Amino acid sequence: MMDILSRLNNYTTIVVALGAAVLGMISGVIGSYSVIRKQSLIGDGVSHSALPGVVLAFMMTGNKSTEVLLLGALVAGILAAGFIIGIVKNSRIKFDSALALVMSVFFGTGLVLLSIVQKTPDSAQAGLSRFIFGQVSAILKRDVYIMTIVSAVLILLVILFWKEFKLFSFDPEYAHTLGFKPMRLNLLLMLMTVFTIIIGLQTVGVILMSAMLIAPGVAARQWTDRLWLMIVLSAVFGAGAGVIGAFSSSLAEKLPTGPAIVVVISIIVLISILIAPNRGLISKALRRRKSKKGWLEKGVKGGDII
Amino acid sequence: MSGESLKTNEYIAIAEDLTVAYGEKPVLWDVDFNVPKGKLMAIVGPNGAGKSTLIKSMLGLLKPVAGKVEFFINSDNKPSNFKDKGISRKIAYVPQSGSVDWDFPATALDVVLMGRYGHLGWIKRPKKADKQLALEMLEKVGMKEFQSRQISQLSGGQQQRVFLARALVQQAELYFMDEPFKGVDAKTEKAIITLLKELKAQGKTVVVVHHDLRTVTEYFDWVTLINMRIIAEGEVNETFTNENIDKAYGRIRSDLVEAVNTDGESRV
Repeated sequence: MMDILSRLNNYTTIVVALGAAVLGMISGVIGSYSVIRKQSLIGDGVSHSALPGVVLAFMMTGNKSTEVLLLGALVAGILAAGFIIGIVKNSRIKFDSALALVMSVFFGTGLVLLSIVQKTPDSAQAGLSRFIFGQVSAILKRDVYIMTIVSAVLILLVILFWKEFKLFSFDPEYAHTLGFKPMRLNLLLMLMTVFTIIIGLQTVGVILMSAMLIAPGVAARQWTDRLWLMIVLSAVFGAGAGVIGAFSSSLAEKLPTGPAIVVVISIIVLISILIAPNRGLISKALRRRKSKKGWLEKGVKGGDII
Repeated sequence: MSGESLKTNEYIAIAEDLTVAYGEKPVLWDVDFNVPKGKLMAIVGPNGAGKSTLIKSMLGLLKPVAGKVEFFINSDNKPSNFKDKGISRKIAYVPQSGSVDWDFPATALDVVLMGRYGHLGWIKRPKKADKQLALEMLEKVGMKEFQSRQISQLSGGQQQRVFLARALVQQAELYFMDEPFKGVDAKTEKAIITLLKELKAQGKTVVVVHHDLRTVTEYFDWVTLINMRIIAEGEVNETFTNENIDKAYGRIRSDLVEAVNTDGESRV
């Protein structure tokens, strides 16, 4: 018991848990918009696309500090998002196809570049591969500060443009007729999504980041029909999964934090889909059974059903 | 066309030489479309004739290959563009209700309130007066008791009425409605047409993409028949003739049919 407590009380563990909590919270908030806009794959696309940015940033600077690498990721992520929006706008290719196209080109390039880097002797240990699956233990106090500041700005934007984002997410054409330029809102939301992904990259990695973005929102949507409540719940689910995942990975030997967080949030999703009132599968099944039974009884008693 | 002065007096919106294409395929070809002020007007034509495309182009939702759209909606009667300041506040749009995902986390009142967003502008929140107006309009469309209902829990006709209320709170001068009667029951249809006639009585202009040829004469006083080109426009009594309907719906076939079948049987 003392052992467990001391492990949890460890300075690194607390920093890691804080970072994971902040990341989970902001992913939950921003990801909710991807969920309600039915663009759940956007996180997948952007995060995979960030990989070549990370590797190129290292190749060009020889520096492997988080800021430099994430700056590379940011540029690549924005570039990829720009390509996706551009392709959809200027061709007849649909969103999901454009996304798959851009994502595979970027991610493939990233893997090729990564294997080149890993072959050069002096940089073999550059630690770039941690961006693939994420390595939360590498997180520093300074990283948590950066994450917190970025998250605060993003949340401020959500509050500021609350009504615009809601309108745009529901009915972008109508938003346009009201004088709100949907393209501007689209770009802003996309940019906010890219920033969220970037700050999560080194914690959960490019592959699992999309789950981080989508899962809290999907779970939260099960419990409420109000957008604000959905976003608050989503933030809570995300933060909770972050903390639990971080602690459990520090308790179990060699359990990587990113996957641990994703497993926790997946369990939350599963539970929500099953037991949520109204939208949950169990309550739906019960309702169906009840109404069926009701019909049968009426049919038997009244005898004049239909 | 006898000069600008006639246009500015009679029309609230015009499109000139409008050509719109999806990819290579033209949907509207060199269309001159006029919306007379204060009329309750139907746009009628077969599927794929470009009815929705026409009103979407008027609203700037689609970019035409050629042509221009002008509004004479300001008190000075000078032509203005949809992008000009304040114009969007005077024009309301009721999209087809199938154009959005109704599983969106919002209540009927939330959606109706969105109609006030254009008046509020960026960042500002709806105030009490906006909410009051939204409730008033919900009541007008007979939906007040459903104000806190999640929108996916509403029937098709109720969703349509929510969209209508959303346009009503815009308190616009000109309304574009894309098939507001689609999928609604007879009772709702009656309620909607009463509202549209009320708008007209208030001096507003209402343009409706309409599908049901049987009700055109009963509901509207002005009609434009369209099939990629404008077939005919004018007072319903004079314009909504079997000949024009045939022209709009028969396409090239109508000539062949007429040549063979000279008794000119109506296909309405």
